[in-house]
Amino acid sequence: MIRKYTISIFTENFFGLLNRVTIIFTRRRINIESLTVSESEIKGVHRYTLVIKSEEERVKKLVKQIEKLVDVLKAFYYINEETVFQEIALYKVSTHALKEGRNFERLIREHHARMLTVESEFVVIEKTGHKEETQELLRELQPFGVLEFARSGRVAVSKPMKKLSSYLKEMEEEQLVSA
Amino acid sequence: METLTKTVGAELKMTQTMTGAEAVIQSLLAEDVDTVFGYPGGAIMPIYDALFDYQHFINHVLVRHEQGATHAAQGFARVSGKVGVCFATSGPGATNLITGLADAMIDSNPLVCITGQVASHLLGTDAFQETDVLGVSMAVTKWNCQVTKAEDIPGAIAKAFYIARSGRPGPVLIDITKDAQFGQLEFNYEPCGIIRSYVPKQKLDIEKAREAAELINNAKKPFLLVGQGVILSQAEQVVLNLVEKADIPFAWTLMGLSAMPTDHELNMGMLGMHGNYAPNIKTNECDVLIAVGMRFDDRVTGDVSKYARQAKVIHIEIDPAEIDKIIPADVPLLADAKEAVSILSELVLPNKHADWVDSFREMAAIEEEKIITKDLFPQKEGMTMGEVVRNVSQKLDGDGVLVTDVGQHQMAASRYFQFKRTRSNVTSGGLGTMGFALPAALGAKLGCPERDVVAVIGDGGFQMTLQELATIYQTKAAVKILVLNNNFLGMVRQWQQLFFDKRYSFTEMVNPDFVKVSEAYGIPALKVEGRENLDEGLKTMLETEGPFLLEVMVEKEDNVFPMVPTGASVSDIRLE
Repeated sequence: MIRKYTISIFTENFFGLLNRVTIIFTRRRINIESLTVSESEIKGVHRYTLVIKSEEERVKKLVKQIEKLVDVLKAFYYINEETVFQEIALYKVSTHALKEGRNFERLIREHHARMLTVESEFVVIEKTGHKEETQELLRELQPFGVLEFARSGRVAVSKPMKKLSSYLKEMEEEQLVSA
Repeated sequence: METLTKTVGAELKMTQTMTGAEAVIQSLLAEDVDTVFGYPGGAIMPIYDALFDYQHFINHVLVRHEQGATHAAQGFARVSGKVGVCFATSGPGATNLITGLADAMIDSNPLVCITGQVASHLLGTDAFQETDVLGVSMAVTKWNCQVTKAEDIPGAIAKAFYIARSGRPGPVLIDITKDAQFGQLEFNYEPCGIIRSYVPKQKLDIEKAREAAELINNAKKPFLLVGQGVILSQAEQVVLNLVEKADIPFAWTLMGLSAMPTDHELNMGMLGMHGNYAPNIKTNECDVLIAVGMRFDDRVTGDVSKYARQAKVIHIEIDPAEIDKIIPADVPLLADAKEAVSILSELVLPNKHADWVDSFREMAAIEEEKIITKDLFPQKEGMTMGEVVRNVSQKLDGDGVLVTDVGQHQMAASRYFQFKRTRSNVTSGGLGTMGFALPAALGAKLGCPERDVVAVIGDGGFQMTLQELATIYQTKAAVKILVLNNNFLGMVRQWQQLFFDKRYSFTEMVNPDFVKVSEAYGIPALKVEGRENLDEGLKTMLETEGPFLLEVMVEKEDNVFPMVPTGASVSDIRLE
């Protein structure tokens, strides 16, 4: 069954590593729907969050190939239900929209969005949520004239309670075996 | 002479100030490197300049093309078990390494390639001979890195050697900018033994080993597959212990060749597309399939949906990504092959499977009659590749190293060369790189100078890297070059005959006079055109001191059989 998978990859913070990771997808013709990279809860360990559409059998093999990379600490894959995830969207709208008064402000309130900045010519609205939600706000803002729209990749944390640090501890033990 | 005053290894003071270029050489010496294959150029000149002072410690082999350096380093690594080392300059020097890196990657050969790079301030400016070598080599290396500071050189090299040789071995590339080579550092070499993100070997799950032993103990028709992992982990003897104790017939993959003696009574020959009849058929009859250090390449499995479906599969493998990649394992044993098989052979009970083993021999008799006899004792006028290979094998008495290129001769040689010693087969298995054999044979000879090394090469592949004849001449390496000439790209022609209505599209070759070519390079040569001269020709080749080229004209349109056609099941193997 083809569905969305979130892949979390924990890596060293080396330049070029992103390329090493993405060519694994390229070789298998898997399109990356979204990608974010940031430092994890452990200093020096970076976390990649990727979203792809694929089948579990393929994802499982893909994740093994990623974990095989020397500078990758661990890699996991999850279906949506196994994670808590969000995306952030920014909407740049002409200041004229404010003249619509209550309609515009209600829209923002109803969507749990917020006004990030108001400039003389434009306002920037920020909303976090799942793609469907940020997309819905985009659709509703269109009549006011959306000048720019940008949505981030997914950030996700997993529901299983095992900590990254305990995985790293296990790896250390395995390394002692092979040393 | 200044060259002799250089100090190395233990004699070196704890730390010493030197250039990055000299640190490269000192680091290699700290890793016990005594042979480097390379080619100089602008961006690697400081390293070559440093090397000039260490010629008595490191034998640098000046190849004639960087691809030759990689294959030579592969041949060296395969026979010696050491890491093969290459030097190349930036840009074209580095890109010429790519084929060899890809070959080493897919065949798990430990290589460390050091490339020069333009000075760091020129990176990304399209400077002369600047290529994004990290980017270009990423897909074909186990690991790579770029060094722009002299002080980072020893650490990078230490890491490179550790990664190249540990776990599932593979090629590694270090790109060193020219300013890093010129820079100064306080040299202090610490070998690398741990990288926190890298687990080269898993701890064997003893419960899984018990499960595997249980399967083997209850098996009526067990069958064991020997891959290169057996050689890489030095598991040859423990595998023999296991198969002898439990009476398990075994077969080897192309890369597993020579791990055991050819004439071992349980050795049923080679698996795969042009392998032997019995092991292919029996793959689909066994009840327990024990795969050791192999990765179920499509040339071994044929149609995977019809591969060993009836069998319980025990997969012993060091690389977690190989488990369930192609053939699902009922019992995966994620471990070093030697460790896993040692434990297994203790856990299994002595057993006998006389009828099962005999059933292989019945199949072997069919192959003997329909194919082998015709290959080895042909009644026709033209010589077969099989008879040439078997003849040279007999003259070497199983003690020589066989190096093969890619194509029909490779399959004939793999089928008919007889081995007695491990690490005696060097070939391009996974990538199928034509042009591999000549440089690989040079590297193999330097990796085991005391052994006879025979490169069996087709007329097509020979011309892809024949510039390395100059390297062989210059090093005086006693490589025996056996060119089996059918004036065709034989394997492609065979496929055209069988699957493309004999439309021989661009496979016939009008070749130069190979004897003259060889002689022009200063290597004595001889051409054998008839069977009556074959024996004498081979004798001359082997008995002449130093390198020698023997060209043997073989039947123009011979085919290699048996054959599992692409996409067919292994049990649909064709005898004609």
